[in-house]
Amino acid sequence: MIAQVFGTALFGVPVLVGLLGLLLPTGDSGRYRRRRAAWLGVAGAALALADVVFLLLAADDPIEYGVEVVRFGELPVTFGVSLGPAALYVALAVTVVALAVQVYSVGYLHDDSRYAPYAAQVSIFTGAMLLVVSANDLIMLLVGWEVMGICSYLLIGHDRRLPEAPRAAVKAFLVTRVGDVGFLLGIAFLGISAGSFEISAVLASSPAHLTVALLLILAGVAGKSAQFPLHTWLPDAMAGPTPISALIHAATMVAAGVYVVFRLFPLFSRSPGALAVLGVMAAITLLLGALAATAQDDIKRVLAWSTVSQIGYMTGALAVGVPAAALFHLLTHAAFKALLFLAAGGVIHAVGTNLMSRMGGLRTHLPATFWAFVVGLGALAGLPPLAGFWSKENVLVAAAHATEGHGPAPAWVGWVVWLAALLGVGITAWYSTRLLLRTFFGHARARTEQWHVGFDDAAYEREPGAPHDPPKLMLWPVLLLTVPTVLLGLAAFLPGFRSALDLDAPHLEISIVLPLLLLALGAGSAWWLWHTAPGVDPAQALGRLRPFFAAGFRIDEIQDRLVVRPVRALAAALRLVDERVVDAAVEGTGTSTTRLGHALANAHRAALPRAVVAVFAGALVLGVVAAIYGASS
Amino acid sequence: MHAVIPYVTGALLFGLGVYGVLRRRNAILVLMAVELMLNAVNLIFVTADASVRARLVGVQVEAWAYPNGRPAHSGGVFALFVIVLAAAEVGVGLAIVLQYFRMRRAVHVDEIALQHENDEQVSR
Amino acid sequence: MTVADVLLLALGAVAVGSGAAVVTSTHLVRSGLYLVISLGAVAGLYLILGAELLAWVQVLVYVGAVVVLLLFAVMLTRAPIGPSRDLDRPAWPALIVGGGVGLGLAVLLADAFRWTLYDRPDPGTTERMGTQIFGQWVLPFEVLSILLLAALVGAIVLSRPDIGARKGEES
Repeated sequence: MIAQVFGTALFGVPVLVGLLGLLLPTGDSGRYRRRRAAWLGVAGAALALADVVFLLLAADDPIEYGVEVVRFGELPVTFGVSLGPAALYVALAVTVVALAVQVYSVGYLHDDSRYAPYAAQVSIFTGAMLLVVSANDLIMLLVGWEVMGICSYLLIGHDRRLPEAPRAAVKAFLVTRVGDVGFLLGIAFLGISAGSFEISAVLASSPAHLTVALLLILAGVAGKSAQFPLHTWLPDAMAGPTPISALIHAATMVAAGVYVVFRLFPLFSRSPGALAVLGVMAAITLLLGALAATAQDDIKRVLAWSTVSQIGYMTGALAVGVPAAALFHLLTHAAFKALLFLAAGGVIHAVGTNLMSRMGGLRTHLPATFWAFVVGLGALAGLPPLAGFWSKENVLVAAAHATEGHGPAPAWVGWVVWLAALLGVGITAWYSTRLLLRTFFGHARARTEQWHVGFDDAAYEREPGAPHDPPKLMLWPVLLLTVPTVLLGLAAFLPGFRSALDLDAPHLEISIVLPLLLLALGAGSAWWLWHTAPGVDPAQALGRLRPFFAAGFRIDEIQDRLVVRPVRALAAALRLVDERVVDAAVEGTGTSTTRLGHALANAHRAALPRAVVAVFAGALVLGVVAAIYGASS
Repeated sequence: MHAVIPYVTGALLFGLGVYGVLRRRNAILVLMAVELMLNAVNLIFVTADASVRARLVGVQVEAWAYPNGRPAHSGGVFALFVIVLAAAEVGVGLAIVLQYFRMRRAVHVDEIALQHENDEQVSR
Repeated sequence: MTVADVLLLALGAVAVGSGAAVVTSTHLVRSGLYLVISLGAVAGLYLILGAELLAWVQVLVYVGAVVVLLLFAVMLTRAPIGPSRDLDRPAWPALIVGGGVGLGLAVLLADAFRWTLYDRPDPGTTERMGTQIFGQWVLPFEVLSILLLAALVGAIVLSRPDIGARKGEES
């Protein structure tokens, strides 16, 4: 009973708090109002965190319960919770990051008049993500999935003053929607095959055409988790406020797809075809994201492409048949990516621009943020003993083992993923170093008159003064997140954690040399380029490839040509049909009736002779009819 | 006698009268055609008087058809009335035609304006 | 075919022929004169059919008064002496309707009566007609006299010279 209450409250409380928060009036007329909204938001996240901690400590068995809510024909849909230890750890990561983001947002959006709905939407989003994590039923999962999509849309478009934000929000929504169609079809497929939507029932069933259903599910995963080819929305989504980028687009929502595959892994392991597709997708995404990140000027875009790439690591781990490694990397990535985004928010807040070409020499001005960046980027690159090293190591070992062909995926998938992951290590180290050097080292860029404040974020209305470390409300969450970034990797040594995730014990053997070598190569080459030409962007070394990488390999344009333009043309054609055919038919009844009336009125205005003809002709007709009728009867 | 002959004659005269009413432009010629029509009607009345009553052998006729114990000849009476009516009609009709001629200097039926010009515009 | 039939045929032909001439002639005055012939033929038909009074009334009133009145009107409206070209409207509606009416009626009547032979009626005397009028039809007769009075008054009123003035111009 208690377990059911706490399990439901896990996602119920943030959603309720968020809905309450939506009732609060917007506007900035009084700090009391802002404080109310802030307390509501923080309380929601804190309560959810307390709930998770309690469940982790108190619950011995996985919490499973379900109540049938509705039937789609003969298929029951249950409302309930299924929280195993893995799900609880993911929920812990979600709530910690959500709490950090809520606290951070209070400081970051201190001058935003629409803070109240923002905080409420973040709460609803947290609740939806927790619903996805704890759902025991595919339809419930879908509900949470879609609510996350809506919240993402609302939050990306939060700052109405930006021209890019609404477009980015629509793009995010539509691209993920394309994936969600496949997701829904996949769920329907699996549910119908299993006779029920409960996940346990689905996992126990053996559907016909399993590969097709799983490929459809992968479409949704690709959309939500920003994998190739549906990754194009994530870099543009950086138009949203930085805390949102931290929460949604780094730590939680984009990880939801990975989590779904993790949950359904018993089905995936039976389908080598789906795993092969996933592996290829992962490898392409990994390299695509890493290469695109090397050429970006906007600090948030570097981190966005980096997220795309890192999720490629997670999906790669899934593809080679080791979901535990994927989940471990998910947890560490949540920690260090959220840290990086929040710290980047601090930099942007201090300097007033996103573009690295206008930053530099901030090490002395923002020491705490600098060290946070060092830790975060180190974890990203996989520097031992930070968390990223251990989780990335896990993924590489899993991929290496899969090349021997023992796992559920074919051996060539293992090769593809392993090679891509290795290459990715080097490239990740390169761009991480570049980011650090360009932002914090070198000379401070002079502020020129043309240096108008760029895109995004709360600080651009005021003229930035001397850069300084962010205020306490923004700094403390950052510092808090450095703790798991450093220590989470070592949790792999804890047997309790390992068994919860079903993780292999980390063994430091000769195979760690190769990634470390690549890391040193990547970081070293970036540093060397910087050293030889200080102040010059190391990305210049890319030469003519740089614009191509920076535009994300021009996949946006391909999508525009293949999808957006035909759909727009179709919409225009349909609109034309609606106006010219459907509306015209309806209006035509009116105009034709009026015209008929006018014609009849004109007939009545006939001159005398015509009237006489009409009378006699009418009499003739009537006479003939009468004669025939009389003759026949 | 074969009654069909005057019947058909009357029918043809009536048709000619209708043709004349619809074809002629001059109002007086229209009136002449109307006279033809009336005459045709009269002819049919008189022929009916002669033919229909004569044939009703063995049929009980209503009392009002034989007011004085002898067959009535209402057809002829009606024809007489029609002649009187025609006379009255021609008188009044020609008065109108002549009045119209005084206004318009012509008596063409297809130039008669049935409404005043401003009335037409209001009704539009 | 008795004598009566021959006479009926002959007079009927004359009536129809001159009636056709009335509605097709291009001379206004000739139309009027053709009308005289047609009405006269009809009067003859009345005689054969036994309606003597009617025949003479036809000649006196119809031919003598009505046609004369029509010819007066023709002259008063400045009718041209020779042929006029613009005397007719388009032929086809008149042909269709008039032809339809005439032929339809003829067919109807011919179908009704066929070639039935009837006895010739007794010649109708004035006395017989008078008994009818003043016996059975006296009320219509009186109404007719009122009608004639109304027509007389109407004709005089309609002939007033100031009747063409518009409402706004009446003083």
